[in-house]
Amino acid sequence: MPESSILTEEMLKAVGVETKPATYEIEKGHIRRFAEAIGDSNILFTDEKAARKTRYGSLIAPPTFFRALLSSDLPPVVSEKLRKLDGGSQWEYFEPVHPGDRITVTAKYVSFTTRQGRMGEMLLVVVELTYKNQFDEVAATQRTTSIRY
Amino acid sequence: MGKTPYWEDVQEGMAIPDLRKNASTQQLVKYAGSSLDWYQIHYDLEFARGNKLDGLIIHGALKNAWLGQVVTDWMGTEGMLRKLSVQYRGMDVPNDPLVCKGVVKKKYEQGGHHLADLEIWLENGKGEKTTPGEATVSLPSRAAR
Repeated sequence: MPESSILTEEMLKAVGVETKPATYEIEKGHIRRFAEAIGDSNILFTDEKAARKTRYGSLIAPPTFFRALLSSDLPPVVSEKLRKLDGGSQWEYFEPVHPGDRITVTAKYVSFTTRQGRMGEMLLVVVELTYKNQFDEVAATQRTTSIRY
Repeated sequence: MGKTPYWEDVQEGMAIPDLRKNASTQQLVKYAGSSLDWYQIHYDLEFARGNKLDGLIIHGALKNAWLGQVVTDWMGTEGMLRKLSVQYRGMDVPNDPLVCKGVVKKKYEQGGHHLADLEIWLENGKGEKTTPGEATVSLPSRAAR
């Protein structure tokens, strides 16, 4: 194990442990509010009538709407005292999400690594989130990197 | 939003239309509310400064949403977004004219799908690329009609 003040044995043990599933029913109003908040007037997210005539047959959620579907808490292995910045996301999409769908989110730590940054030693935490619909199909996955310092 | 291009009409190296954004602090609060991201660095100036930041910063995930939008606007209602990735290399701030851009890097067929890979990025008001990313879309083909 590398010499480090912020990387712990406990973190490495938490890698791969899945959170308890968290399930959300997708509301039309929430999709619209999210689209408005990001400033995206795409008819697929905002115009029920127009969306009905497309291949999707109804409104769908914008690609990053899943950000609003929070997972249950991951194991508390990272100190709350550390500051936090979002490093980025990698998404894969498999199934569209419609109003009325029930999406179940699970998350797991993928890796913990350290790096020397401008503000001292930083911890890079990679988490993978999986979003499944009520038919047990994976609708999307997201891999996020957060920077703790 | 554009009309969905046919895969055959897409050329490697072609640019997709720019998407301009300029977030007010109010938009950051709206985004916080609709995404349930209540981290205070996006709306509480003192908190942000206490975190060694110069001021409020835009949610990375909001920039991610915009870099999705630049692609979904271009591909229209008949295209499908397969992959989207973004890296927050630099922070962006409210009240700065930002522009999301994209270029088609590669087009190919895979598993019966007609795909295109794009390089996408967000530039700040000084023209610095703060947020690079990539996207893969599936487009309709004239051959499949």
